[in-house]
Amino acid sequence: MKVLVKGRAQGKILKSKDPINFLGTVDKKTGIISDTNHPLYNKSIKDSILVFPHGVGSSVGAYTIYSIKSNDSAPLAMICQKADLTVATGCALANIPLITVDSEKMESLEDGKTVIVDSDSADLIAFLE
Amino acid sequence: MELTREEESALKGEHGETMQMAYRILVATGEATDAERLVPIEWAHLSGVNYNTIGDAGEEFLSSLSKDARVKVKTTLNPMGFDIDNVANYNLDDNFIEKQLSIAKSYERMGVTPSFSCIPYEIFDIPKEGTQVSFAESNAAIHANSVDGIKTNKESAFSALASAITGKSPYSSLRKDDTPSLTINMKIDDPNELTYGMLGFFAGKVGNNSVNISGVGEMDRRSCKALCGGMGTSGTCAKFVFGQGTPECEKVDFDKKEMQNIHDELNTSEKGDMITLGSPQLGLEEISDLVVKLKGRSFTKRCMIFCPRSVKEQARNLGHTNELERAGCEILSDCCTCLTPLISKDDVDSVTTNSIKGAYYLKNSNGVDVNLKPLSQIIEEETR
Repeated sequence: MKVLVKGRAQGKILKSKDPINFLGTVDKKTGIISDTNHPLYNKSIKDSILVFPHGVGSSVGAYTIYSIKSNDSAPLAMICQKADLTVATGCALANIPLITVDSEKMESLEDGKTVIVDSDSADLIAFLE
Repeated sequence: MELTREEESALKGEHGETMQMAYRILVATGEATDAERLVPIEWAHLSGVNYNTIGDAGEEFLSSLSKDARVKVKTTLNPMGFDIDNVANYNLDDNFIEKQLSIAKSYERMGVTPSFSCIPYEIFDIPKEGTQVSFAESNAAIHANSVDGIKTNKESAFSALASAITGKSPYSSLRKDDTPSLTINMKIDDPNELTYGMLGFFAGKVGNNSVNISGVGEMDRRSCKALCGGMGTSGTCAKFVFGQGTPECEKVDFDKKEMQNIHDELNTSEKGDMITLGSPQLGLEEISDLVVKLKGRSFTKRCMIFCPRSVKEQARNLGHTNELERAGCEILSDCCTCLTPLISKDDVDSVTTNSIKGAYYLKNSNGVDVNLKPLSQIIEEETR
Protein backbone atom coordinates (compact mmCIF):
# COMPACT_ATOMS: atom_id res chain seq x y z
CA MET A 1 0.00 0.00 0.00
CA LYS A 2 1.15 3.49 -0.80
CA VAL A 3 -0.11 6.94 0.14
CA LEU A 4 -0.22 9.33 -2.84
CA VAL A 5 -2.27 12.07 -1.22
CA LYS A 6 -2.44 12.25 2.58
CA GLY A 7 -5.59 12.69 4.63
CA ARG A 8 -8.30 11.04 6.70
CA ALA A 9 -11.89 10.09 5.79
CA GLN A 10 -14.65 7.76 6.92
CA GLY A 11 -17.41 6.51 4.66
CA LYS A 12 -19.07 3.76 2.66
CA ILE A 13 -17.24 2.03 -0.18
CA LEU A 14 -18.56 2.56 -3.71
CA LYS A 15 -16.74 0.00 -5.80
CA SER A 16 -16.26 -0.22 -9.56
CA LYS A 17 -14.67 -3.19 -11.29
CA ASP A 18 -14.03 -1.00 -14.34
CA PRO A 19 -11.62 1.97 -14.63
CA ILE A 20 -13.10 5.49 -14.54
CA ASN A 21 -12.62 8.22 -17.15
CA PHE A 22 -13.24 11.41 -15.18
CA LEU A 23 -13.25 13.63 -18.27
CA GLY A 24 -16.67 13.33 -19.81
CA THR A 25 -18.26 10.48 -17.86
CA VAL A 26 -18.65 12.07 -14.42
CA ASP A 27 -21.07 15.00 -13.99
CA LYS A 28 -19.11 17.89 -12.48
CA LYS A 29 -22.10 19.28 -10.54
CA THR A 30 -23.61 16.10 -9.10
CA GLY A 31 -20.82 13.51 -9.24
CA ILE A 32 -23.18 11.15 -11.10
CA ILE A 33 -21.62 8.73 -13.63
CA SER A 34 -23.26 9.36 -17.00
CA ASP A 35 -21.66 6.59 -19.07
CA THR A 36 -24.44 4.06 -19.71
CA ASN A 37 -21.86 1.30 -20.21
CA HIS A 38 -20.22 1.85 -16.84
CA PRO A 39 -21.02 -0.42 -13.86
CA LEU A 40 -21.61 2.71 -11.73
CA TYR A 41 -24.00 4.27 -14.28
CA ASN A 42 -26.45 6.69 -12.65
CA LYS A 43 -24.75 6.43 -9.24
CA SER A 44 -23.17 9.43 -7.55
CA ILE A 45 -19.59 9.22 -6.31
CA LYS A 46 -20.31 12.07 -3.87
CA ASP A 47 -19.21 11.43 -0.27
CA SER A 48 -18.15 7.85 -1.04
CA ILE A 49 -14.89 6.02 -0.53
CA LEU A 50 -14.42 5.39 -4.25
CA VAL A 51 -12.65 2.10 -5.00
CA PHE A 52 -11.66 1.38 -8.64
CA PRO A 53 -8.77 -0.21 -10.57
CA HIS A 54 -7.36 3.04 -12.02
CA GLY A 55 -8.22 6.11 -14.06
CA VAL A 56 -8.21 6.25 -17.87
CA GLY A 57 -8.38 9.01 -20.46
CA SER A 58 -6.97 12.50 -20.88
CA SER A 59 -4.89 14.07 -18.13
CA VAL A 60 -7.33 17.01 -18.31
CA GLY A 61 -9.55 14.69 -16.23
CA ALA A 62 -7.56 15.98 -13.25
CA TYR A 63 -9.37 19.32 -13.66
CA THR A 64 -12.68 17.42 -13.55
CA ILE A 65 -11.77 15.91 -10.18
CA TYR A 66 -10.94 19.44 -8.98
CA SER A 67 -14.32 20.73 -10.28
CA ILE A 68 -16.29 17.93 -8.62
CA LYS A 69 -14.62 18.82 -5.33
CA SER A 70 -15.33 22.55 -5.81
CA ASN A 71 -19.00 21.65 -6.37
CA ASP A 72 -19.05 19.64 -3.15
CA SER A 73 -19.80 16.40 -5.03
CA ALA A 74 -16.47 14.61 -4.70
CA PRO A 75 -15.65 11.28 -3.04
CA LEU A 76 -14.25 11.52 0.52
CA ALA A 77 -11.26 9.40 -0.50
CA MET A 78 -10.13 7.25 -3.44
CA ILE A 79 -8.48 3.82 -3.42
CA CYS A 80 -6.93 2.43 -6.63
CA GLN A 81 -4.93 -0.59 -7.60
CA LYS A 82 -2.65 1.25 -10.01
CA ALA A 83 -1.39 4.81 -9.68
CA ASP A 84 -2.15 6.75 -12.84
CA LEU A 85 -1.08 10.38 -13.16
CA THR A 86 -4.55 11.73 -13.97
CA VAL A 87 -6.13 10.50 -10.74
CA ALA A 88 -2.96 11.22 -8.72
CA THR A 89 -2.73 14.85 -9.83
CA GLY A 90 -6.53 15.29 -9.70
CA CYS A 91 -6.65 14.14 -6.07
CA ALA A 92 -3.61 16.31 -5.31
CA LEU A 93 -5.30 19.39 -6.82
CA ALA A 94 -8.55 18.72 -4.97
CA ASN A 95 -6.93 17.50 -1.74
CA ILE A 96 -8.71 14.14 -1.74
CA PRO A 97 -6.85 11.33 0.10
CA LEU A 98 -5.57 8.71 -2.39
CA ILE A 99 -4.12 5.29 -1.56
CA THR A 100 -3.00 2.47 -3.87
CA VAL A 101 -3.44 -1.16 -2.79
CA ASP A 102 -2.50 -4.63 -4.09
CA SER A 103 -5.02 -7.03 -5.68
CA GLU A 104 -5.59 -8.98 -2.45
CA LYS A 105 -6.49 -5.84 -0.51
CA MET A 106 -8.62 -4.71 -3.46
CA GLU A 107 -10.64 -7.97 -3.18
CA SER A 108 -11.36 -7.30 0.50
CA LEU A 109 -12.79 -3.83 -0.13
CA GLU A 110 -16.43 -4.77 -0.75
CA ASP A 111 -19.09 -2.39 -1.97
CA GLY A 112 -21.19 -0.88 0.83
CA LYS A 113 -18.76 -1.59 3.68
CA THR A 114 -17.81 1.29 5.95
CA VAL A 115 -14.08 2.06 6.24
CA ILE A 116 -11.76 4.62 7.76
CA VAL A 117 -8.96 5.81 5.49
CA ASP A 118 -6.14 7.42 7.46
CA SER A 119 -2.71 8.09 5.96
CA ASP A 120 -1.24 8.59 9.44
CA SER A 121 -2.36 5.22 10.85
CA ALA A 122 -0.26 2.08 10.44
CA ASP A 123 -2.76 0.01 8.45
CA LEU A 124 -4.07 2.98 6.34
CA ILE A 125 -7.49 1.37 5.75
CA ALA A 126 -9.58 0.00 8.63
CA PHE A 127 -13.03 -1.62 8.48
CA LEU A 128 -15.67 -0.28 10.83
CA GLU A 129 -17.99 -3.01 12.05
CA MET B 1 9.60 9.68 -0.92
CA GLU B 2 12.15 11.46 1.27
CA LEU B 3 11.40 15.17 1.68
CA THR B 4 13.65 17.84 3.18
CA ARG B 5 12.39 19.65 6.27
CA GLU B 6 11.57 22.67 4.11
CA GLU B 7 9.57 20.56 1.62
CA GLU B 8 7.79 18.78 4.47
CA SER B 9 6.67 22.08 6.00
CA ALA B 10 5.42 23.32 2.61
CA LEU B 11 3.41 20.11 2.23
CA LYS B 12 1.86 20.75 5.66
CA GLY B 13 0.72 24.17 4.49
CA GLU B 14 3.17 26.33 6.38
CA HIS B 15 4.02 28.31 3.21
CA GLY B 16 0.41 28.87 2.18
CA GLU B 17 -2.25 26.93 0.30
CA THR B 18 -0.79 27.34 -3.19
CA MET B 19 2.62 25.96 -2.18
CA GLN B 20 0.87 23.17 -0.29
CA MET B 21 -1.08 22.18 -3.40
CA ALA B 22 2.02 22.37 -5.61
CA TYR B 23 3.91 20.05 -3.25
CA ARG B 24 0.89 17.70 -3.05
CA ILE B 25 1.08 17.39 -6.85
CA LEU B 26 4.85 16.73 -6.79
CA VAL B 27 4.53 14.12 -4.04
CA ALA B 28 1.56 12.35 -5.70
CA THR B 29 3.42 12.33 -9.04
CA GLY B 30 6.65 11.24 -7.38
CA GLU B 31 5.00 8.37 -5.49
CA ALA B 32 3.21 7.27 -8.67
CA THR B 33 6.51 7.21 -10.61
CA ASP B 34 8.72 5.75 -7.83
CA ALA B 35 10.84 8.84 -7.25
CA GLU B 36 12.82 8.84 -4.01
CA ARG B 37 13.21 12.61 -3.71
CA LEU B 38 12.72 15.99 -5.41
CA VAL B 39 15.45 17.75 -7.40
CA PRO B 40 15.80 21.43 -8.38
CA ILE B 41 14.92 22.32 -11.97
CA GLU B 42 15.96 25.42 -13.92
CA TRP B 43 13.26 25.71 -16.58
CA ALA B 44 9.62 24.66 -16.79
CA HIS B 45 7.64 24.49 -20.04
CA LEU B 46 3.89 24.26 -19.49
CA SER B 47 1.13 22.57 -21.46
CA GLY B 48 -2.54 23.08 -20.63
CA VAL B 49 -2.87 26.44 -22.39
CA ASN B 50 -5.36 25.82 -25.21
CA TYR B 51 -8.98 26.45 -24.12
CA ASN B 52 -9.91 23.70 -26.58
CA THR B 53 -8.23 21.17 -24.26
CA ILE B 54 -8.55 22.50 -20.69
CA GLY B 55 -12.07 23.93 -21.00
CA ASP B 56 -13.97 25.90 -18.35
CA ALA B 57 -12.60 23.83 -15.47
CA GLY B 58 -9.04 24.69 -16.48
CA GLU B 59 -9.81 28.35 -17.11
CA GLU B 60 -11.46 28.73 -13.68
CA PHE B 61 -8.68 26.85 -11.89
CA LEU B 62 -5.91 28.98 -13.46
CA SER B 63 -7.80 32.19 -12.82
CA SER B 64 -8.07 31.39 -9.12
CA LEU B 65 -4.51 30.01 -8.89
CA SER B 66 -3.01 33.12 -10.49
CA LYS B 67 -4.27 35.34 -7.65
CA ASP B 68 -1.25 34.36 -5.56
CA ALA B 69 0.84 31.77 -7.41
CA ARG B 70 4.13 33.02 -8.90
CA VAL B 71 6.65 30.96 -10.83
CA LYS B 72 10.06 30.47 -9.25
CA VAL B 73 12.07 29.50 -12.34
CA LYS B 74 12.11 30.45 -16.04
CA THR B 75 8.75 29.22 -17.33
CA THR B 76 7.59 29.11 -20.95
CA LEU B 77 4.25 28.19 -22.50
CA ASN B 78 2.75 25.86 -25.10
CA PRO B 79 0.57 27.18 -27.97
CA MET B 80 -2.97 28.43 -27.35
CA GLY B 81 -5.98 28.24 -29.67
CA PHE B 82 -5.46 31.13 -32.12
CA ASP B 83 -3.33 34.08 -33.27
CA ILE B 84 -4.91 37.30 -31.99
CA ASP B 85 -3.58 39.18 -35.08
CA ASN B 86 -5.86 37.28 -37.46
CA VAL B 87 -8.45 35.47 -35.30
CA ALA B 88 -11.14 37.68 -36.85
CA ASN B 89 -10.59 35.83 -40.16
CA TYR B 90 -11.74 32.57 -38.61
CA ASN B 91 -15.15 31.52 -37.47
CA LEU B 92 -14.37 31.36 -33.76
CA ASP B 93 -17.03 32.29 -31.20
CA ASP B 94 -16.56 35.15 -28.74
CA ASN B 95 -16.76 32.86 -25.72
CA PHE B 96 -13.73 30.88 -26.94
CA ILE B 97 -11.71 34.05 -27.50
CA GLU B 98 -12.66 35.51 -24.12
CA LYS B 99 -11.85 32.31 -22.18
CA GLN B 100 -8.58 31.81 -24.10
CA LEU B 101 -7.44 35.36 -23.34
CA SER B 102 -8.32 34.82 -19.68
CA ILE B 103 -6.10 31.71 -19.61
CA ALA B 104 -3.24 33.64 -21.23
CA LYS B 105 -3.66 36.46 -18.71
CA SER B 106 -3.63 34.05 -15.76
CA TYR B 107 -0.32 32.55 -16.88
CA GLU B 108 1.20 35.99 -17.42
CA ARG B 109 0.06 37.08 -13.96
CA MET B 110 2.00 34.12 -12.55
CA GLY B 111 5.15 35.40 -14.27
CA VAL B 112 5.18 32.96 -17.18
CA THR B 113 6.82 34.04 -20.47
CA PRO B 114 3.94 34.04 -23.02
CA SER B 115 5.90 32.18 -25.71
CA PHE B 116 2.92 30.08 -26.94
CA SER B 117 5.27 27.69 -28.67
CA CYS B 118 5.77 23.91 -28.74
CA ILE B 119 9.41 24.28 -29.86
CA PRO B 120 11.07 26.00 -26.86
CA TYR B 121 14.31 24.19 -27.82
CA GLU B 122 14.45 26.18 -31.06
CA ILE B 123 13.60 29.68 -29.83
CA PHE B 124 15.35 29.83 -26.43
CA ASP B 125 18.97 29.19 -25.45
CA ILE B 126 19.60 25.62 -24.29
CA PRO B 127 21.11 25.45 -20.79
CA LYS B 128 24.33 23.53 -20.16
CA GLU B 129 24.44 19.77 -20.56
CA GLY B 130 22.78 17.72 -17.84
CA THR B 131 20.58 20.58 -16.58
CA GLN B 132 17.29 19.38 -15.06
CA VAL B 133 14.17 20.95 -16.63
CA SER B 134 10.43 20.12 -16.62
CA PHE B 135 8.91 20.05 -20.11
CA ALA B 136 5.24 19.06 -20.32
CA GLU B 137 5.06 19.25 -24.12
CA SER B 138 5.94 15.74 -25.30
CA ASN B 139 7.88 16.62 -28.48
CA ALA B 140 9.91 19.18 -26.50
CA ALA B 141 10.61 16.69 -23.70
CA ILE B 142 11.87 14.13 -26.23
CA HIS B 143 13.97 16.76 -28.02
CA ALA B 144 15.43 17.92 -24.67
CA ASN B 145 16.40 14.40 -23.56
CA SER B 146 17.57 13.11 -26.94
CA VAL B 147 19.09 16.06 -28.81
CA ASP B 148 19.75 18.93 -26.38
CA GLY B 149 21.51 16.99 -23.60
CA ILE B 150 19.20 18.27 -20.85
CA LYS B 151 16.93 16.12 -18.66
CA THR B 152 13.20 15.98 -18.11
CA ASN B 153 10.49 13.48 -17.34
CA LYS B 154 7.56 13.39 -19.73
CA GLU B 155 5.66 15.67 -17.37
CA SER B 156 1.93 16.17 -17.07
CA ALA B 157 0.50 19.69 -17.34
CA PHE B 158 0.12 19.66 -13.56
CA SER B 159 3.53 18.34 -12.56
CA ALA B 160 5.20 20.95 -14.82
CA LEU B 161 3.03 23.69 -13.30
CA ALA B 162 3.89 22.52 -9.77
CA SER B 163 7.57 22.46 -10.82
CA ALA B 164 7.32 26.04 -12.09
CA ILE B 165 5.86 27.21 -8.76
CA THR B 166 8.27 25.26 -6.50
CA GLY B 167 11.36 25.03 -8.74
CA LYS B 168 11.45 21.27 -8.09
CA SER B 169 10.48 18.01 -9.73
CA PRO B 170 10.33 14.32 -8.76
CA TYR B 171 13.62 12.52 -9.43
CA SER B 172 12.23 9.64 -11.46
CA SER B 173 12.76 7.60 -14.63
CA LEU B 174 14.43 9.76 -17.29
CA ARG B 175 16.15 12.15 -14.89
CA LYS B 176 18.35 9.25 -13.85
CA ASP B 177 20.88 7.73 -16.23
CA ASP B 178 18.42 5.67 -18.16
CA THR B 179 19.62 2.93 -20.54
CA PRO B 180 17.11 1.82 -23.19
CA SER B 181 16.20 -1.87 -23.23
CA LEU B 182 14.80 -1.84 -26.78
CA THR B 183 16.52 -1.13 -30.12
CA ILE B 184 14.61 -0.19 -33.26
CA ASN B 185 16.35 -1.00 -36.55
CA MET B 186 15.36 1.52 -39.21
CA LYS B 187 15.01 -0.42 -42.48
CA ILE B 188 13.59 2.23 -44.83
CA ASP B 189 15.77 3.66 -47.62
CA ASP B 190 15.70 7.36 -48.59
CA PRO B 191 13.59 8.53 -45.66
CA ASN B 192 11.93 11.97 -45.66
CA GLU B 193 10.36 13.86 -42.71
CA LEU B 194 7.13 11.87 -43.06
CA THR B 195 9.09 8.61 -42.74
CA TYR B 196 10.76 9.94 -39.59
CA GLY B 197 7.40 10.98 -38.18
CA MET B 198 6.12 7.45 -38.71
CA LEU B 199 9.32 5.99 -37.21
CA GLY B 200 8.69 8.15 -34.15
CA PHE B 201 5.04 7.08 -33.96
CA PHE B 202 6.18 3.44 -34.14
CA ALA B 203 8.85 4.01 -31.45
CA GLY B 204 6.27 5.63 -29.15
CA LYS B 205 4.05 2.57 -29.50
CA VAL B 206 6.69 -0.10 -28.86
CA GLY B 207 9.01 1.78 -26.50
CA ASN B 208 8.54 2.28 -22.81
CA ASN B 209 10.64 5.09 -21.31
CA SER B 210 13.41 5.23 -23.90
CA VAL B 211 14.60 3.46 -27.07
CA ASN B 212 17.75 3.04 -29.16
CA ILE B 213 17.36 3.79 -32.87
CA SER B 214 19.87 2.30 -35.31
CA GLY B 215 20.22 2.58 -39.07
CA VAL B 216 19.52 6.30 -39.49
CA GLY B 217 22.06 8.62 -41.07
CA GLU B 218 22.28 12.40 -40.92
CA MET B 219 18.93 13.92 -40.14
CA ASP B 220 17.96 17.54 -40.83
CA ARG B 221 16.10 19.62 -38.28
CA ARG B 222 12.73 19.09 -39.95
CA SER B 223 13.10 15.30 -39.79
CA CYS B 224 14.36 15.41 -36.21
CA LYS B 225 11.34 17.45 -35.10
CA ALA B 226 9.07 15.05 -37.00
CA LEU B 227 10.62 12.11 -35.13
CA CYS B 228 10.12 13.83 -31.75
CA GLY B 229 6.55 14.85 -32.62
CA GLY B 230 5.53 11.39 -33.80
CA MET B 231 7.07 9.67 -30.79
CA GLY B 232 5.35 11.94 -28.27
CA THR B 233 1.96 11.37 -29.87
CA SER B 234 1.65 7.60 -29.59
CA GLY B 235 3.00 6.69 -26.18
CA THR B 236 4.97 7.51 -23.07
CA CYS B 237 8.45 7.06 -24.54
CA ALA B 238 10.41 10.29 -23.95
CA LYS B 239 13.97 9.66 -25.13
CA PHE B 240 15.87 8.13 -28.03
CA VAL B 241 19.53 7.30 -28.37
CA PHE B 242 21.19 6.66 -31.75
CA GLY B 243 22.96 3.33 -32.00
CA GLN B 244 22.61 -0.40 -31.44
CA GLY B 245 22.57 -0.25 -27.63
CA THR B 246 23.83 -3.11 -25.48
CA PRO B 247 23.77 -6.74 -26.75
CA GLU B 248 21.02 -7.55 -24.24
CA CYS B 249 18.62 -5.10 -25.92
CA GLU B 250 15.51 -6.54 -27.49
CA LYS B 251 15.52 -5.80 -31.25
CA VAL B 252 12.62 -4.79 -33.46
CA ASP B 253 12.58 -3.72 -37.13
CA PHE B 254 10.85 -0.66 -38.53
CA ASP B 255 10.32 -1.96 -42.06
CA LYS B 256 7.97 -1.30 -44.99
CA LYS B 257 5.20 -3.37 -43.41
CA GLU B 258 5.31 -1.49 -40.08
CA MET B 259 5.43 1.83 -41.93
CA GLN B 260 2.45 0.85 -44.07
CA ASN B 261 0.45 -0.03 -40.92
CA ILE B 262 0.98 3.45 -39.49
CA HIS B 263 0.31 5.09 -42.84
CA ASP B 264 -2.99 3.17 -43.12
CA GLU B 265 -3.93 4.18 -39.56
CA LEU B 266 -3.43 7.92 -40.12
CA ASN B 267 -3.87 8.48 -43.86
CA THR B 268 -7.62 8.36 -44.49
CA SER B 269 -7.91 10.36 -47.70
CA GLU B 270 -6.25 10.47 -51.12
CA LYS B 271 -6.45 14.27 -51.24
CA GLY B 272 -6.93 17.27 -48.95
CA ASP B 273 -9.23 20.32 -49.16
CA MET B 274 -6.47 22.38 -47.57
CA ILE B 275 -2.88 22.07 -46.30
CA THR B 276 -1.33 22.61 -42.87
CA LEU B 277 2.39 22.86 -42.14
CA GLY B 278 3.60 22.78 -38.58
CA SER B 279 3.19 20.44 -35.68
CA PRO B 280 5.65 20.95 -34.20
CA GLN B 281 5.58 24.64 -35.19
CA LEU B 282 8.00 25.66 -37.97
CA GLY B 283 11.25 27.37 -37.04
CA LEU B 284 12.97 30.10 -39.06
CA GLU B 285 15.12 27.55 -40.90
CA GLU B 286 12.04 25.68 -42.16
CA ILE B 287 10.28 28.91 -43.17
CA SER B 288 13.34 30.08 -45.14
CA ASP B 289 13.60 26.66 -46.77
CA LEU B 290 9.93 26.78 -47.74
CA VAL B 291 10.44 30.15 -49.45
CA VAL B 292 13.36 28.73 -51.40
CA LYS B 293 11.41 25.60 -52.36
CA LEU B 294 8.41 27.62 -53.58
CA LYS B 295 10.56 29.47 -56.16
CA GLY B 296 7.81 32.01 -56.70
CA ARG B 297 5.01 29.49 -57.17
CA SER B 298 1.67 29.69 -55.30
CA PHE B 299 -0.44 27.16 -53.47
CA THR B 300 -3.53 26.01 -55.35
CA LYS B 301 -5.54 25.64 -52.11
CA ARG B 302 -5.56 27.11 -48.60
CA CYS B 303 -2.31 26.53 -46.72
CA MET B 304 -2.01 27.27 -42.98
CA ILE B 305 1.52 27.72 -41.61
CA PHE B 306 2.08 27.57 -37.83
CA CYS B 307 5.14 29.09 -36.16
CA PRO B 308 6.14 30.86 -32.93
CA ARG B 309 5.55 34.64 -32.77
CA SER B 310 9.27 35.36 -32.53
CA VAL B 311 9.86 33.32 -35.70
CA LYS B 312 7.06 35.16 -37.51
CA GLU B 313 8.71 38.48 -36.62
CA GLN B 314 12.15 37.34 -37.81
CA ALA B 315 10.55 35.99 -40.99
CA ARG B 316 8.85 39.33 -41.55
CA ASN B 317 12.16 41.18 -41.25
CA LEU B 318 13.67 38.87 -43.84
CA GLY B 319 10.75 39.44 -46.24
CA HIS B 320 9.63 35.80 -45.93
CA THR B 321 6.11 36.52 -44.65
CA ASN B 322 5.44 38.76 -47.66
CA GLU B 323 6.61 36.02 -49.99
CA LEU B 324 4.54 33.33 -48.23
CA GLU B 325 1.43 35.51 -48.19
CA ARG B 326 1.93 36.14 -51.88
CA ALA B 327 1.97 32.37 -52.34
CA GLY B 328 -1.41 32.19 -50.60
CA CYS B 329 -0.29 31.06 -47.13
CA GLU B 330 -2.05 31.99 -43.90
CA ILE B 331 0.71 32.51 -41.31
CA LEU B 332 -0.37 31.89 -37.74
CA SER B 333 1.70 32.37 -34.59
CA ASP B 334 0.89 31.44 -30.95
CA CYS B 335 -1.06 28.31 -32.05
CA CYS B 336 -0.51 25.05 -33.92
CA THR B 337 -2.21 22.34 -36.02
CA CYS B 338 -2.34 20.13 -32.96
CA LEU B 339 -5.72 20.69 -31.24
CA THR B 340 -6.53 23.84 -33.24
CA PRO B 341 -10.13 25.08 -33.09
CA LEU B 342 -9.53 26.87 -36.43
CA ILE B 343 -10.09 23.78 -38.58
CA SER B 344 -13.62 22.43 -38.43
CA LYS B 345 -15.23 19.49 -40.16
CA ASP B 346 -18.11 21.86 -40.96
CA ASP B 347 -15.74 23.65 -43.36
CA VAL B 348 -13.35 20.99 -44.63
CA ASP B 349 -13.57 17.24 -45.15
CA SER B 350 -9.86 16.53 -45.36
CA VAL B 351 -6.48 18.12 -44.69
CA THR B 352 -3.10 17.46 -46.33
CA THR B 353 -0.09 17.57 -43.97
CA ASN B 354 3.45 16.23 -43.61
CA SER B 355 3.05 15.98 -39.81
CA ILE B 356 2.24 12.70 -38.10
CA LYS B 357 1.46 14.51 -34.86
CA GLY B 358 -0.82 16.91 -36.72
CA ALA B 359 -2.47 14.01 -38.57
CA TYR B 360 -3.27 12.16 -35.34
CA TYR B 361 -5.01 15.17 -33.77
CA LEU B 362 -6.74 16.32 -36.97
CA LYS B 363 -8.24 12.85 -37.27
CA ASN B 364 -9.08 12.22 -33.61
CA SER B 365 -9.84 15.68 -32.27
CA ASN B 366 -11.02 17.74 -35.27
CA GLY B 367 -12.67 14.70 -36.85
CA VAL B 368 -11.46 15.45 -40.40
CA ASP B 369 -9.84 13.05 -42.87
CA VAL B 370 -6.09 13.28 -43.37
CA ASN B 371 -3.92 13.05 -46.46
CA LEU B 372 -0.23 12.48 -45.66
CA LYS B 373 2.48 13.80 -48.00
CA PRO B 374 6.08 14.90 -47.49
CA LEU B 375 6.76 18.60 -48.08
CA SER B 376 8.54 17.96 -51.39
CA GLN B 377 5.43 16.23 -52.75
CA ILE B 378 3.13 18.95 -51.38
CA ILE B 379 5.18 21.58 -53.24
CA GLU B 380 5.21 19.47 -56.41
CA GLU B 381 1.50 18.66 -56.46
CA GLU B 382 -0.21 21.55 -54.65
CA THR B 383 1.55 24.62 -56.10
CA ARG B 384 1.89 26.15 -59.52
